[in-house]
Amino acid sequence: MKRRVQRSFEALVELAIKLAGVASIVFVVLILVFLLKDAVPVLSSTPLGELVAGQQWRPTSEPAKLGFLPLILGSLVVGAGALMLAIPLGIACATFLSEVVPTHVREIVKPIVEVLAAIPSVVYGFVGLLIVGDWLRRTAGSAGEALPGPDWLTAALNMPTGMAAITGAIMLALMTLPTIVSISEDALNAVPRSYREASWALGATRWETTVRVTLPAARSGIIAGVMLGIGRVVGETMTVLMVTGNSPVIPSLTKGLFRPVRTMTATIAAEMGETAHNTEHYHALFMLGLLLFLITFAVNTVADFVTNANKHVETR
Amino acid sequence: MLRPDSRTQDRPFASARGTTLRAKQHFAFALLGVLSLSIVLPAGLIVYFVAARGLPAISWEFLTASPENGMTEGGILPAILGSLALVMVTMAFAVPVGVMGAVYLVEYARQGLLVRCIRIAIMNLAGVPSIVYGLFGMGVFVMVIVPAMINLLHLDPHEYSRSCLLAGAATLALLILPMVIATTEEALRQVPGHQRHASLALGATKWQTVRRIVLPNALPGILTGLVLAIGRTAGETAPILLTGAVFYMSKLPGAHEALFKPFMALPYHLFAIATQLPGAPDEIKWGTALVLLGLVLGFNTIAVVLRTYLRGKRV
Repeated sequence: MKRRVQRSFEALVELAIKLAGVASIVFVVLILVFLLKDAVPVLSSTPLGELVAGQQWRPTSEPAKLGFLPLILGSLVVGAGALMLAIPLGIACATFLSEVVPTHVREIVKPIVEVLAAIPSVVYGFVGLLIVGDWLRRTAGSAGEALPGPDWLTAALNMPTGMAAITGAIMLALMTLPTIVSISEDALNAVPRSYREASWALGATRWETTVRVTLPAARSGIIAGVMLGIGRVVGETMTVLMVTGNSPVIPSLTKGLFRPVRTMTATIAAEMGETAHNTEHYHALFMLGLLLFLITFAVNTVADFVTNANKHVETR
Repeated sequence: MLRPDSRTQDRPFASARGTTLRAKQHFAFALLGVLSLSIVLPAGLIVYFVAARGLPAISWEFLTASPENGMTEGGILPAILGSLALVMVTMAFAVPVGVMGAVYLVEYARQGLLVRCIRIAIMNLAGVPSIVYGLFGMGVFVMVIVPAMINLLHLDPHEYSRSCLLAGAATLALLILPMVIATTEEALRQVPGHQRHASLALGATKWQTVRRIVLPNALPGILTGLVLAIGRTAGETAPILLTGAVFYMSKLPGAHEALFKPFMALPYHLFAIATQLPGAPDEIKWGTALVLLGLVLGFNTIAVVLRTYLRGKRV
């Protein structure tokens, strides 16, 4: 009798554990379903093509203009700027830690890089708002005057406000760096020592070995780290909301990086609070959320695919 | 990936080449060092600025008083308490599901399609932008689940709010779930297999083995992960922006009603006084930033110390 009670109790526990196991799948599906449910109604008034390619975002005008293009391009300018800083710096730092310095230096530097990951995004936004933006405007202004660059560059560097795409890009790069550094470093460390030894035995220097053997061998892991970094850059909200100037206009080709923009994430965060339930504007913001979800889903799946492809090679 | 380099096979001027190569290597390594420094420096600067400018604002009163005079004076106690309450309720949701989910993946599941799907789901949950969690929390918890609960419990809908601590915490719990699962999994995998085998050989059932042998052995590692998750929870802003965080509360709710009331939280408080209140003195803003940063980095430090201590003990 006691035995049977115990056995049914265990069956119950195992059921609970299994449910907790599949909970993640349920949550992802629920997120997708609820985003779809609140996003799709906007298509009845504005077709998808008009939404994505629409050049004006004026959700409160009459009639509302719900074009995502300024927001998508805003995300693109800030994100591309951030990645252009973070990818080379991140890979350089990972290589430095893994291939150049002795272990005790790495033990000091790594925790400092991890601090960058721990700082809350709202603190990045705050520091960007009060210090970096202003500093950047003054620096860019004097650089524009001092350098004999083309006119458009001088005009671009003459920033009317420190709250611009580039401010967001710099803060975002700092936030993304820990991801890229730690995953790239793991990938470099995973390269078998015999690869390096073989290269040294052939007479290559450490630097030649790093560039021609270690880095190429760690390529897929580094790409996975970069992909995760892209996901983080696209999805970051509070920092860009606070420092990019909140101006939903299409960024100009020459000056865009140095002018205020508005990203997709910041738009949701800034406007959802004041939007009435079930209005066109409300559904449009959910559509933006759905787009973000799909973008990060794609990026993460590619990252996972690359990582797994790598594992395959290693075990072979 | 290993390509034979023709130059290495035949080098008539080996020594001259060696000198240039060594110079090249010195230059390259120095460059990498400078680039690395350009990451370390901003990290130090951010912490330094927040600490240097925030410290003058910190006083006993700042930590224990409510905001006054339109948040231009007084302290930030309600935001600190709100953040602590938020973290506790969030963990109450996330820990059971996360730990059990990890137990399933490590101890019970057999490799196959289901596990592959679970892994893809976890990875994608980890990548969903925080504001999208906010949207989901608003669409589901604020609009559907909490109103239903208020109805079910016969609470006065005028007195209680559907944007509330419960909705915010449930949203945050989803956000940190992947982190809890990942760290717990790692801790479970550290438990050597022979301990499980010994327990099973003595006649213990699977669950008895998990509960009496695996979980106790993995507990320190699990705790380390949870402390990290707490730090992350305390710093998140975007998910609570849409699910119940408020600018100001005239009266703090009692513990018995707080779940169904809006709440103040440190990160949202910082966001609000930094962007919506141009008149607020900078000192209060920096002070709030310092308290938030101190809280988050404090939890991270605890986790690192815990991890180092445990690693030393294991060896």
